[in-house]
This record gives sequence, C-alpha cells and structure tokens, in this order.
Amino acid sequence: MAAFALSACSTDTPQSVLQPQGEFARKADALWDITFAIAIAVFVVVQGLLLYAIFRYRHKPGREAAQFHGNTRLEIAMTIIPALILLGLAIPTVATVFDLAAEPTGADVIHISVEGRQFWWRYDYTDLDIVTANELHIPTGQPIDLSIEGYDVNHSFWVPRLGGTQDVVPGRTSRLTLEADDPGTYLGQCKEFCGLSHSNMNLRVIAHDPGDFEQWVSDQQEPAAAPSDSLAAEGAELFVNGAADAQFAGGPSCASCHAIEGLDGAVGIIGPNLTHFAARNTFAGAIFQNNESNLRAWLANPPERKPGSQMPNLQLTTGQIDALVAYLQTLE
Amino acid sequence: MATAVAPQQGGLFARPTAKTGWWSWMTTVDHKKIGILYGVTAFFFFIVGGVEALLIRSQLATPNGEVLSPAVYNQLFTMHGLTMIFFVVMPMGTALMNFLLPLMIGARDVAFPRLNAFSYWVFLSAGLFMYSAFLLGGAPDGGWFGYAPLSLDPVTDGMTYYSLGLQIAGIASLAGAINFIVTIINMRAPGMTLMRMPVFVWMTLITSFLLLFAVPVIGVALWELMFDRLFGANFFDPAAGADPLLWQHLFWLFGHPEVYIMILPAMGIVSEVLPAFSRKPLFGYPAIVFSGAAIAFMGWGVWAHHMFAAGLGPVANSAFALSTMFIAVPTGVKIFNWIGTIWGGSVRLTTPFLFSAGFVSMFIIGGLSGVTHSIVPHDAQQTDTYYVVGHLHYVLFGGSIFGLFSGIYYWWPKVFGRLLSEKIGKFHFLLMLVGFNLTFMPFHILGLLGMPRRQYYFPANRGFEVWNLLASIGAFTIAVSILVFLYNVAVSRKKGEAAGADPWDARTLEWMTTSPPPEHNFDAIPVVRHRDDFWYRKYITTPEGESARVFAGGAASDEEQHSSEAASDEPPSSSAEGASDREPNTAGAAPPESSSEERPHAGASAEEQGHGIHLPSPSYFPLLTAAGMPVIGYGFIYSPILLAAGAVMLLVGAFGWVLEPPAEEA
Repeated sequence: MAAFALSACSTDTPQSVLQPQGEFARKADALWDITFAIAIAVFVVVQGLLLYAIFRYRHKPGREAAQFHGNTRLEIAMTIIPALILLGLAIPTVATVFDLAAEPTGADVIHISVEGRQFWWRYDYTDLDIVTANELHIPTGQPIDLSIEGYDVNHSFWVPRLGGTQDVVPGRTSRLTLEADDPGTYLGQCKEFCGLSHSNMNLRVIAHDPGDFEQWVSDQQEPAAAPSDSLAAEGAELFVNGAADAQFAGGPSCASCHAIEGLDGAVGIIGPNLTHFAARNTFAGAIFQNNESNLRAWLANPPERKPGSQMPNLQLTTGQIDALVAYLQTLE
Repeated sequence: MATAVAPQQGGLFARPTAKTGWWSWMTTVDHKKIGILYGVTAFFFFIVGGVEALLIRSQLATPNGEVLSPAVYNQLFTMHGLTMIFFVVMPMGTALMNFLLPLMIGARDVAFPRLNAFSYWVFLSAGLFMYSAFLLGGAPDGGWFGYAPLSLDPVTDGMTYYSLGLQIAGIASLAGAINFIVTIINMRAPGMTLMRMPVFVWMTLITSFLLLFAVPVIGVALWELMFDRLFGANFFDPAAGADPLLWQHLFWLFGHPEVYIMILPAMGIVSEVLPAFSRKPLFGYPAIVFSGAAIAFMGWGVWAHHMFAAGLGPVANSAFALSTMFIAVPTGVKIFNWIGTIWGGSVRLTTPFLFSAGFVSMFIIGGLSGVTHSIVPHDAQQTDTYYVVGHLHYVLFGGSIFGLFSGIYYWWPKVFGRLLSEKIGKFHFLLMLVGFNLTFMPFHILGLLGMPRRQYYFPANRGFEVWNLLASIGAFTIAVSILVFLYNVAVSRKKGEAAGADPWDARTLEWMTTSPPPEHNFDAIPVVRHRDDFWYRKYITTPEGESARVFAGGAASDEEQHSSEAASDEPPSSSAEGASDREPNTAGAAPPESSSEERPHAGASAEEQGHGIHLPSPSYFPLLTAAGMPVIGYGFIYSPILLAAGAVMLLVGAFGWVLEPPAEEA
C-alpha cells in the first residue's frame, strides 16, 4: 500500500507523510517502515491461516469435525510471540520519542512562537522581531524550535513532509522541532477540528538557503514603505481611519485588527500583521493566491469567501476596495 | 398467557394488559420484545446514520464539493459518529443481549424487567432528543469528541443537545448494564457455572462492567460541559483559567473503554457462531474469556494514545505507547483462538459464518493499523487524518457491524421463527465486504497522503481525488448491500422457511426452546451439565474425538457425559466452579426429572406447559419515567415550565413504578 502510494506520485502528493524532507519527519518515517513491514508480514500469516482453515476444513460429505478444546502450549506460544514482536517495536519507538522531544540547543537555533487562531496562523520570530502570518519562512539544514501557543480553540500545527504534529491547546505552550533539507515550499494545514473553516486553515513552510533567509529577515525587519501614489495613500488613510460612508464608520477600521509597522495607528493585534503583506504568496489561512482579483473578492465579503471568518463584511464600496487593494499591494 | 390468570386491576391506574398490538409494545417488560424494540430502533438509526455517511461521501466524491454547506457538513459528521456509536452499535449489541441473555443462561427474564423497559425508552428518548436538534436550530456540530473550548461555542444549541442527549443515553446504558450484571450473576440455570456460560454471555458481563465504570466518566464531563454552556461555569474555558485538556482526558478515559464496549459484544457473537458452524467447541474457551477481561482491564490504560499530539511529554507518550502495544496481545490471542476453532472443523459456509469470518478478517486489519498508532512519532503524522478514519471503521464497521450482522443472521430464526434466505444473505455479505473495503481501504492511503479528517471539502492537486472517488463508490455499494438485507428481511417475513427450534444444529440453550420462544422462555428450566450443554444433549464425543449423535431422544448416559466432560480441558475445581453450589434459584422451575421434558417443545402450546409460571406484568411507568427525561432536557434549553413538566413526569413515573407490584397477583 505504501509502496503503491509512493510510486503513484511524488510531486503530486505535497502532503504525503511517506516522503519526508527533513530530519524529524525522517525519524518518524523510519519507524513506520519497520512497523509497516512487520504488519504486512503478520497480516499475510494470520489472514493466510484464516483463509486456509476455512478452505481446508470446509464441509464435505464424510468430514467429521475433530472435537478438541484447546492446546495449552500453542496458546502460550501465541501469546508470547506477539508480545516479543511488540517489544521489538517498543524499543525504537520509545528511543525516538525521547529523541524527538529533546529541545534543540545552540546559539543559532531559531525560536518561533506559533499561534493557531480561527482560522489562520500567527508566527512571531521572538529573537528577530518579525511577526507574520500563515507562511513560515525558515532556513534549511538547521533545527527550528517552535513553541506552539493556544489562543481561541484547539488547532493542530502540521507540516507532514517536515515532520510531526503539535496540537494547539488554549492556555498551554507546547513545542515542536522542524527541519527542512532543501529550499522549497512545504504544505501543511490545521489538523484538529476547529470550527466552520477548519478546512480553510492551511499553512506553508517556505525554506530558504541560509543566505536567502538572512535576506528575507532583513527585508521583513524594515517597516512598510509610505504609499507612493494617491490611490494607495487613500487606501492607507482608509486602513487606519475607516470611512465616513461605510457601515462601520466611526467604529472599527482595518487597523483595529491589523498592524502595519510604519503606518501610524495601525496596531491591531486580532488579525494578521500585514506589514509585508504583498510579499506573501497566499493569504487568509493560505487558501487564496495573493493577487488582485482574490483580494478584491475577499474584501468584498470575507465570511462568504471563508465561512466563519472573524473578519466581518465591512460593506466596502468598489472605490474603497480599489484604494485598499492599491495600498496593500505596495506592502512589499 | 403465561400467568394463566388475568391480572387483577388495582392501584391508581388500570394496569396494561395487552399482549398484542401497539400498547403491548409500549408497556411490555418482556426481554424478548424489548430486544426486538432495541434492534428495530438501532436499525432505524443505522439507516439514518448511513444516509448521513452517504451525504458526506457525496460531498467528498470530488474536489471542492458543494453538496453541503460547511455548517451542515459539520453537523452531519458529528451526528454520523454519535449515531453510529450511541444509537446503532451499542443498542444493536444490547438488542441481542436483551433477547438472548436470559435464554442463554436458562432464565425466564432479566433481573429487573421494568428497568429493562425503562432502559429502552430512555435510549429512544435520547436518540429522538438529539435528532430533534436538527429541527430546532441545529444539531451538534463540534464532533462526537466535542473538544472544549470549541464545544462551548454558543452559536447554536447543538452542543447543549450533545451534552444533555448523551447524558440521557448514558442513563439508559447504566440501567441496562446493572440489569445485565445482576441477571448474569444471579439468574443462571442450575449447573450453569460461570465457566460454562456461552462466551456471548461472558462478553455481555464484561461489557456491562465497562459501561458501569465508563459512563460515569463521560457523565461527569458532559455535566461540566452542560454547566459551562448553560450556567456560565468555567470547567473548560481557558479565558477563565481552565485547562481544556481536562475535557480530552475525561472524554478519552471514557472513549477508549467505549471502543471495547462496542467490540466485545461482537467478539462474543463470533465466539458463538464460529463453533456452531465449525461443529467444534470453541478453541481455548478460558483464553477467550480471560483475554476479553484483560482487554477490558487494559482498555483503561490506553486513553492518552488519542492525545499523542496534545503535548503530554515523552514520558506519558512512551507509557501510553507501551500500553497500546500490549493491548494487542490479548486481542491477538482471540484471533488465534478463532482460527483454532475453525481448524479441524467441518465448516458450513452459511451467512452467519461468513459474516463472522469477515469480522475476524477485517479485524486483523483494524488491529494491525491500531498497533501502528502506538508508534508515537508516526502517530503524530497520521493522527487526525483519514488513516485514523480508516482504522476506526475497520474496527467498528469491519469489526462490530460485521459481527452484529453475523448475530442477526444467526439468531434471526430464533427471534422470528423464520429463516433468512441464505442465497440473498451471501449476496449481502459479498456486496458489503467489497463495498466496505472499497470505502475504507482508500482512507488509509488518503491519510498517509496527508488528508486531514473533518474537512468539508478537499482541494485538488494533493493526490486525493481518485481515492476519495473510490471511497464514495464504496459507500454507495455498502448502501446497496443494506437494501439487499432489507429485501431479505421482507422475503423472510412473507415466505421465509419455518426455522424450528434448532435450525443450525447449534450448541447453546437458546436453541432448546421454540422459535420464537414462548413468553416464559422455557417450560422447564434446564439443568446444565456442560459448557455447550445443548450440544452434549444431542451428541457424545467418541473416544476418537469425533461427535456421534445421541439417538432416540435420550440424553447421553452419565458415563458418556462424563467422558465428554473429560475431553474438555476445564479443570473441575476452577475458581468459578464454586458458583454452582448455590441453590437453583428460579422460582417455578420444574425439577428435571426426565430429560425428555427438556427437549424442544415445538409442538406443545405454551399455555399447557407454562401453566403457573409467574412473569412480571406490563407497566406504563417505565415509559412515563423515561419520557420525562427529554422534556427536562428541553426545559434546560428553552423554559423552566418544561423543566417542571418533565420533573413531574419523571416523579409520577418513578412513584407509580415503585408503588405497583412487579406482577399482579392472581
């Protein structure tokens, strides 16, 4: 089955757990290979015995059933043999459990605080002073120490090819170590049912060569540039102050929930930090490609595009959407 | 009928007297009628839960499915799980237990017949209560596992229905469990020592003890959830400083024993069916019994394997990995013993046998995939994916449902007096086996390819398409197989072959009485001298180890019986043997003066032979008491007036029950 699934496709199955691309996923996969081989062997033997017994002893004229009640030696053997097989599995399992639980040490270990929220992911690079969303950028070839924090309900952080799962439990902090061998984009998603848009809570890990990663870090640490043209400036104004003719006039604006470094008044903490929004490939739980048409559709009615979205329908006019999209696209 | 004298009317209300028709079913306290009620109701919910599954599979047949909205999808997968667990597999097992338990141990009824009726009506109330939520603003939508704090979400009353409905269902389970335990401990026929009991009775006993201890655990959790939702308590609200992990621990401390509550009765069925059609005694009876008890015991120490991703730490994860691995040992023992039972037999490939063999075969797969969950680092990958959905369906569908169908085909002639068609039955089996594997084998692959559970759609370009389509085709194949079963039932009801008392040449006491059995079960309570007593009334074991028919209607002589007893491995001084010292305790049992009195009495009317046997009279009060519970449930949600009305119903029912005698005196 595994071999079949493997041979079927390698690039077509971006979330396959059978194709680890990092140290930690590989350790889990190594255990699976042993276990799967043993399970197949046991399956063949036991299923074979069952089918053989049914076929061999099926009723034929003249066959009399032998009347025996058991066989003590055989019964002891068939208790001990499975127990020994399981003991053989237990030893590497427990060793790997402790191995994976060890916290990575060293000055170069990158610590990231991951928070699962309905229905997106917030990443806080605590040592680097970067806050971003949904797309987790990491350098290759080194362990990344994730501390997984709860916020609203249970979620589960999962990037199958890089290894492991860690539930997000409100009120608790857990940890998970990730590592990617090669640069690339690795898909993941929330795995613990978290409400209406559980299916729309995806994430991506984007692994860079260490040099490219440093470039990414310094780009991210820059504040957002001031808007260059008038439409974008109008958008920035709208972002912070809302609009007189919008339903939420005088009430919440974009900035009530979203922060943009470098834009005065944009310090909201409920929604994703949008400082370098235009540099992201996807948005809204990594389910939409970050392009103009998706952005327009999103701003027109978020809960329709993503059921249960915490971002309300702000009843924006087309002109307001034009301005906001123009501004957001300047946030490289 | 059996009491031979019309009950006198006394007390506040006239006592129900109907023996046929609508009211007889509403007021019955006969374990056989209650068993049929349980079975029919569970089957109805099976259809409902199946339709929910078909809707889910329609949505997931293609990428980005748009058959269902996310809100409806979440309600459907939640209700599918709740229905199949609490309103199908558990009560279907209870149906068979109810009908068969007294017959198998040679009793006239269960220990508390009115409590038995009460259990059924409470179970039905709970099911209707939960389903009424669909019409009253939205069914439970937080998953059958109801993780807090999502379950505290106040958008709909769905999870309030969940907390109240499952508490009501739990009352039914507890009452039933106590009833069965007392019945098995106290009401066995003379000579029916514990180690002579049919394995199905053993598994009923073990399951009942599991329920007795597991239901209160979920009861506490549901009670706390109810208080959080209705009265602003803070058991699970992290904003108020609670740790929602508490819910997970409580839920799975119930939830894992619950798995064994669902599978052990099916294991009991298989342990009856395989020997009957292999024409051999069960291989390793003590090992099967004690491995069942071992599974039940160890089942309390594995719950955290549902929480390997929750971050309990390496020590806890390792401990629960080990316990999860080693619970596979007693499970494996059972599988080897079943194969040993078939080995050397003369196997008749009847429909019940095929379903039992299907159970063993599918359960091997479910058991092996279960062991893979104990590999913690890899479990972290497969948890909450379709791999787990595949595993659990191999255990609960390939296991429990196949086992239950085996029991249904096996005991159908006993319950209804007519055989089901073997031809249609085998077609049903084949179609269901193919459909089942077509549905659930791809789930394993989907999980390993990275498709999480509880997703209302799946995206294209993840490699999920073909496996989902296959699974959906498989689901509809299963649905067709169920239609084939219903057709079989219809044919059997109309023109099924009369079964006679013992159509399968079976081994246990229920086959001694007529099909269907009279209200009082046995004219004379049998005296039990062997495990598989009925078989040894029909056959002796020759010195060559083969069976030979006892002719001329006589039981084997004492010496012959002795020789067959010696052939069995049971030590005469096993610990359970002490139970046989007690007095025969069934009032009205005729002493077994001659064995001919114990022969099937198909030709004799129950009135003639059952004269003077006192059975409990029908009663309105179990129904009234039970009906008060959902009213109280609605009261909690909608109005204190309903709360009061429900309490009045419950109290009037309970007092009426207490004040009426179990049986009207002649």
